[in-house]
Amino acid sequence: MAEEEDDFEPSGGMRPFWSGNITFGLVSVPVGLYSATRTGGFALKMIGPDEAPVHRRYVCSEDGEVLDQDDIVRGYEIEKGKFIVVTDEELEAIEPRKSREIDLQLFVDRQEIDPIYFNRAYFLVPASGTNKAYRLLAEVMEKKDQAGIATFVMRGKEYLVAIIAENGILRAETLRFADEIRKPADVDLPEPAKPPAAMVKKFEEQIAKRAKKLDLHEFLDERTERLEKLVAKKEKQKGAIVQAPVEEREEEGQGGEVVDLLAILSKSLGGTKKPARKAPAKKKAATTTTKKKTKRAASR
Amino acid sequence: MAARAMWKGVVNVGTASVPVKLYSAIVSHGIHFRLLHKTDKAPVKQQLVSAETDEPIEYADVRKAFPIARGRMVLLEKEELEELEPEESRDIDVTRFVDPADVDHRLYERPYYLGPDGNMKLYFAAVAALEKKKKEGIARWVMRDREYVGALRVENGYLMLITMRHAEEIIAADALKPPGGRELQAREVKMAEQLIESLHGPFDPTQYHDQYRERVMELIEMKVKGKKPKVVKFRAKKVKDDQLADALEASLVKTKRKAHG
Repeated sequence: MAEEEDDFEPSGGMRPFWSGNITFGLVSVPVGLYSATRTGGFALKMIGPDEAPVHRRYVCSEDGEVLDQDDIVRGYEIEKGKFIVVTDEELEAIEPRKSREIDLQLFVDRQEIDPIYFNRAYFLVPASGTNKAYRLLAEVMEKKDQAGIATFVMRGKEYLVAIIAENGILRAETLRFADEIRKPADVDLPEPAKPPAAMVKKFEEQIAKRAKKLDLHEFLDERTERLEKLVAKKEKQKGAIVQAPVEEREEEGQGGEVVDLLAILSKSLGGTKKPARKAPAKKKAATTTTKKKTKRAASR
Repeated sequence: MAARAMWKGVVNVGTASVPVKLYSAIVSHGIHFRLLHKTDKAPVKQQLVSAETDEPIEYADVRKAFPIARGRMVLLEKEELEELEPEESRDIDVTRFVDPADVDHRLYERPYYLGPDGNMKLYFAAVAALEKKKKEGIARWVMRDREYVGALRVENGYLMLITMRHAEEIIAADALKPPGGRELQAREVKMAEQLIESLHGPFDPTQYHDQYRERVMELIEMKVKGKKPKVVKFRAKKVKDDQLADALEASLVKTKRKAHG
């Protein structure tokens, strides 16, 4: 994904990322789409020499003028320093007719999708009071272990997507296009050579010795843990605390998003899972979820 | 043009190890736009300013702080943050081998090919052993000042390392309660099953192209020539709960007709 996304709208908040219909046959399922992965890590704030927060703003590289959103357009560089301006309206106008639909014209066995295709996961929640078609699709897909395949446009990009049902909840998982994945020949990997049997055996023995169950504790964010320890230590020190004005934008920061996400999702799904409703602290919510998964994995 | 290796390391599996080169398995075709000043079409740049005085600030003078509560932050010194950085290393340590089916695919983030760095026999011995054991290694390594957890797999006869997300980044499916309602009717379930079966087929990723990207490129080319793009509108449709069975039935008739016609 492009990192320098020309996206002015803040993400997060109460609204779904995308809303539209999933269709299979003549059946439409109105849904809203919410991120199913949280932004990892932590966001450190920038502080100036005067201990005031630091803001970013856009200025013109030519005349140094400070620019608002209204002063900015997007351009495609056709040759060095020469740009063609493309407006939001123009991009919207060429979105395909069914840009509000994820039309499932194909169902495949879930295991058939190679993991290297999966990119990002989103939860789909029923958008209107009617959820029967949603539940029907989720139940049947899960039972048959099927994934629905479609393409759709979201936020100005075309996505290949697999719709997957788990625990009665539908997810849209964006897939990479085949031409985005290199083949071994593209990276100049050598022709396979036959290895000596003794060498293979040695690897096999080492693998066998380490065959274990998956442990999600190995997937914890240790860097964030180290940072939190440092912060806890410094919190007690005099002079390390900076007062910062509470800004609107901060509320949409990464920390807040996590709590909101679970709360929004459970509310939209009509569930009453208490931990999510109460919107617990980020840390707590994360570990509860992790432990649960670990336990489940271990009991297999 | 063949892609170049971006990093070199050594995969360690207990007492066995393989020197490897790492290559990105992903190539991005995204269209890259620049932000421009509307009036003079000059590129915009970002500037850091003090929220209090609006005075520009150099990046070198910026300090980092961690928000602990509304409006309260802990200042962190550069040296303190540097101490948190992992130690540099070339080791890709495989800590365990798991059943690939046990890994939630949402943990996978970005795939990299590993190629042999010198010893070909060792490399292909590792490939052969992994293939035979039908396992996937869970590896840890530090690359460019970042710690990674990843899956060591075999892809098309070569080693592949897929970086994985932290456990905290994934919302478990069972953390949420599925939407409820009146029980589904057996007839509807049956028809939905038939409909999905009739739409079943093999997954062929090469069939799909980023057509929207192609359209955006066409738009840009039209604009270069000074032409105007055409506008197409979208219309939504909805099916009410009481019409669900009818819609399923009609869909089945339609897909059957397609199959026979």
